[in-house]
Amino acid sequence: MATLGSFAAGFGQGAIQGLPFSLVLGPFGMLFGVIATESGLDLVQVMGFSVLVIAGAAQITAISLMNEQAPVLVVLATSLAVNLRMGIYSAALVPHFGGLPLWKRATAAYWLFDQPFALTSVDVAKNPKRTRDERFGFYLGVGIPLSILWYIVTYLGATLGDLIPGDIGIDFAIPATFLALIAPLLKSLPHLAAAITSVAGTLTLSNLPFNSGLLVAAVIALIVGAEVERRFVEPRQRGR
Amino acid sequence: MFDANYVWTIIILLGIGTWLIRFSFLGLIGERELPVYVKRMLNYTAVAVLPGISVPMVLHSANGSFEPLRITAAIAILVIGVATQSLMKSIGAGLLIYFGLSALL
Repeated sequence: MATLGSFAAGFGQGAIQGLPFSLVLGPFGMLFGVIATESGLDLVQVMGFSVLVIAGAAQITAISLMNEQAPVLVVLATSLAVNLRMGIYSAALVPHFGGLPLWKRATAAYWLFDQPFALTSVDVAKNPKRTRDERFGFYLGVGIPLSILWYIVTYLGATLGDLIPGDIGIDFAIPATFLALIAPLLKSLPHLAAAITSVAGTLTLSNLPFNSGLLVAAVIALIVGAEVERRFVEPRQRGR
Repeated sequence: MFDANYVWTIIILLGIGTWLIRFSFLGLIGERELPVYVKRMLNYTAVAVLPGISVPMVLHSANGSFEPLRITAAIAILVIGVATQSLMKSIGAGLLIYFGLSALL
């Protein structure tokens, strides 16, 4: 019972902290519904994407390549490349969820999109003493309500698609979310160094195929963050 | 209209592939302890990936055009986010600036 109680407490907090993201995921999911429907997918296919794939950027990538009649393998490789960052998320959650039973980890993997990962990471820094069950509750508390919203807005976008103009700049909502997520972390020097490396690296390597520039830049940024921490932050802490 | 086989092949394989990426480390490693250096690097995953996705989208809109308004709104989000440490305030201000000004201009 105690376990269920702490899971529920975490779930509630996660759900509340995830709520602001409905403002971003709502229009984004609707945008996907509109684009997919206008590209010629039927309602079941549009919903199939949002329920089975549940990764907006990759879903939109897939549709745009399908519109160019790209072969299945190219569509898959490019869209999966967009999702490869989630492999890093998966690794990042191992210290927190690695000890859970296999079926719980397999289930949790379904909700491993940007917002549950990012909010859980921020929460680890803010509340390092949460129990594993409470933290797992927090993670699913962010993910499950947002996923239900994702299905609903996809459906709305697919059915009401013709009423929504495609050119009002709603794609800006994606970087807006991501920047708002990382901004509070930039007060720390290693985080700032990693963020700058990520941007500089991605822009420099933007010609690499299949979005791999982003991934190469991310790996370099991880090393820069860890090195800055090791050289500048840890010695200072030891000196205290 | 697309061929239904084409569409469903992509949906199902993309769904399985995405789940496998998400499950990868959680599924393989389980309780095994990660090396200290790897753990330290993983503190920086969010700031290593998300800025790299965001900044090109700020510099160019979906149709490839350069919009100073996006850069203004993005800087506002970062400054307000660092100053207030509040997600809601920074995203609210940023979207308000972006959609407000683009309606006006």
